[in-house]
Amino acid sequence: MSNQVFKIALAGNPNSGKTTLFNALTGLKQKVGNYPGITVEKKLGTIRFSDDYEAIAIDLPGTYSLFPKSIDEEVAQQILCNKDNSDYPDITLVVADASNLRRTIFLLTQIIDLKMNVVLALNMVDIATKKGLIVDVNLLSKKLGIPVVAINARKGKGIEVLKKTLINSLDRSPDYPFLDVGKLFKGAIKKANIIRNVENNYASFMALCKQKLSGELENRCALNQLCKSEDIIPERAQAKETVNRYSLIDKLVKETVKQGEPIGKYMITRRLDDLLIHPFYGYIIFLLILFVIFQVVFSLATYPMDLIDGLFVDIQMFVAQTLPKGLLNDLVVNGILAGLGGILIFVPQIAFLFAFIAFLEDTGYMARVSFITDKLLRNVGLNGRSIIPLLSGAACAVPAIMSTRTISSWKERIITILVTPLMSCSARLPVYTLIIALIIPAEDYFGFNLQGIVMMSFYMIGFISAILVALLLKYIIKSKEYSYYIMEMPSYKIPDWKTVGYTIYEKVKIFLFDAGKIIIAVSIVLWFMSSFSPGDNFEKIEQKWKGHENAEFNINADKLEASYAGIIGKMIEPAIKPLGFDWKIGISLITSFAAREVFVGTMSTIYSVGDSNVKSIQTRLSELKNPDTGEAFFTPAVGISLMLFYAFAMQCMTTIVIVYRETNHWKWPFIQFIYMGFLAYVSSLIAYQLLS
Amino acid sequence: MQCLAELPIGSIGEMVRIFDNNLEQKLLEMGCTPGENFKVIRKAPFGGPVAILISSYILSIRREDAKSIEVIELRNE
Ligand SMILES: Nc1nc2c(ncn2[C@@H]2O[C@H](COP(=O)(O)OP(=O)(O)O)[C@@H](O)[C@H]2O)c(=O)[nH]1
Ligand SMILES: [Mg+2]
Repeated sequence: MSNQVFKIALAGNPNSGKTTLFNALTGLKQKVGNYPGITVEKKLGTIRFSDDYEAIAIDLPGTYSLFPKSIDEEVAQQILCNKDNSDYPDITLVVADASNLRRTIFLLTQIIDLKMNVVLALNMVDIATKKGLIVDVNLLSKKLGIPVVAINARKGKGIEVLKKTLINSLDRSPDYPFLDVGKLFKGAIKKANIIRNVENNYASFMALCKQKLSGELENRCALNQLCKSEDIIPERAQAKETVNRYSLIDKLVKETVKQGEPIGKYMITRRLDDLLIHPFYGYIIFLLILFVIFQVVFSLATYPMDLIDGLFVDIQMFVAQTLPKGLLNDLVVNGILAGLGGILIFVPQIAFLFAFIAFLEDTGYMARVSFITDKLLRNVGLNGRSIIPLLSGAACAVPAIMSTRTISSWKERIITILVTPLMSCSARLPVYTLIIALIIPAEDYFGFNLQGIVMMSFYMIGFISAILVALLLKYIIKSKEYSYYIMEMPSYKIPDWKTVGYTIYEKVKIFLFDAGKIIIAVSIVLWFMSSFSPGDNFEKIEQKWKGHENAEFNINADKLEASYAGIIGKMIEPAIKPLGFDWKIGISLITSFAAREVFVGTMSTIYSVGDSNVKSIQTRLSELKNPDTGEAFFTPAVGISLMLFYAFAMQCMTTIVIVYRETNHWKWPFIQFIYMGFLAYVSSLIAYQLLS
Repeated sequence: MQCLAELPIGSIGEMVRIFDNNLEQKLLEMGCTPGENFKVIRKAPFGGPVAILISSYILSIRREDAKSIEVIELRNE
């Protein structure tokens, strides 16, 4: 057994087909995580060459240059420029768009100049051919001094040749630089090499121009001195180098690419753009697309969700009856299975939403959305790509927050994540429905149903507060990134169904495995809190009700009161009294942390105490009297206050976990929990005090 | 002096220089080198970004940033 594992990094411009090639090379053997401390996605996969050879492939974030301008690009730069990095590759596989050779070769030659072992995969040859471009692959390979393989990542053409080339290139050592910065900035580079104690002209040049790069900390002073003594202004030097590099590239492209007559209909992009970024129809079409997405995620997803729900009820019943009665039975049924069901229920919405997003990204449409909405949304600190997460938040914040990955600006992405849970998600619906039915008469005003108007107002409250908070955060959150919007608008493509499938698979997997673990753990904690009580309180309760009719209802209600959740509910009563809530609502606030709709169930359990008839939760609550005044407990003041609390409070552990997963830091879900809790408390307080 | 933001849709121009340092580096790297020809193909409504066709791909830039890009208009189609 001589199993040899080496590392391959895929680098290239955004949209050059890196991910498509990565999928083609690795299949489903992929692992997606985060780089430590930041939110850039790290994608690893395994390529099998033969029984003896295996490679770890890493899909680097797309970048136009090795001089990083964003966190994404810095990740690529760190890995490629630092031999000590644990991800430093044995081979760098650069993916280039053959129909866009001039720009795409820029990054390639930078990587060559770092003295890396480079193989070029010339992708999208089919598109180049349609544009009438003929690339002389052999000449290109000779001029660059590296192996070049023409491929079509999408159709899987040339992949086998590419694999062979990769194996054969393992021991290649790079020949000569494409552009010798050592000649361009004679003395300075030599001295920088000495300071950095390496013999790598281009790496030293980069360190000289970007002294802030991490990894150069100890040399920063010396490099700064060197710039001064050699009369080097980093920005000017870098601009000079870039212009020189491009003039060499222009020469190379002239020699190796022939422009013939375009064949086929690549004019399609122009026609579609006439419509899709039209000053009027463009927006109408976008609204229509949003409407369809919303309908599907909101309504269509309920069918598989009900199916999962029903299935879990059956499983829970079955297990409850099969396992011997007792603690284990309860833990499995109400702790683990309930938690598992609570996780799986999200899968349909995640799958549907990502089917749309992957589709829209892959066709190239999302870049157009940014184009037509940039100006409007930037005013409130958001981004053209924030619209879809925000709108999906009206169905469920969990898939919505997962979909913010497509927002490239860190600040706009964080703002979108922070405000999305304010949108009225479908889990608030049962809570609103219950309370509205209690406090709002089912009358018509000017032909409108009053209950409907109130419901609608709460959706509006969610939306408006999301925009206002975004506006506020725009001034609070500081960002080190340049806030430029310089974006390529890729040509339209028919979506690749495989890519769409991979995206859905990947997102569901991340959710189930990364978030699922934490959610199960929290579910078990919540189960514990409502099923245990200090001392022997539970036995006493069972004794007390022995022989009564309807003992089970009363026992359950009393037990909940005596449980840890009940104790906390009572503990927080003084704090929530000014909002018009009693300790029973306090308990419901705690248990509904598992999911907002749990509120209804808890309320129905806890208010059934001492009542010997089986009634619907609604009748029970409407008959409730306030012990102090003797009038109905659920006054409009209490109801509105409670609804406002649910509108603002971060009452969903799944969202908290997913915000952590997506921001890679507990700081953000914490901030979110605090600010939403604050909004909830203050608005409920004001509403209750004014209305009562 | 002419800037990119002023050119109407359909004009063909030549890059001259970029005044903002960070913007300059980013645009140079994306192929907007001095002397390179381009065509203005779209302008987003409400003063949104401009899209230009340069070295055979479409690049969009904010209208404000386009004010710091000096160009020469060659002709208008
Ligand atoms: N026609 C064609 N399309 C391709 C080829 N390779 C990738 N694509 C498409 O190009 C788009 C961008 O690809 P992707 O892998 O997401 O690029 P990335 O941004 O570099 O990861 C997708 O729509 C792919 O389906 C190819 O060889 N030919
Ligand atoms: Mg990709």
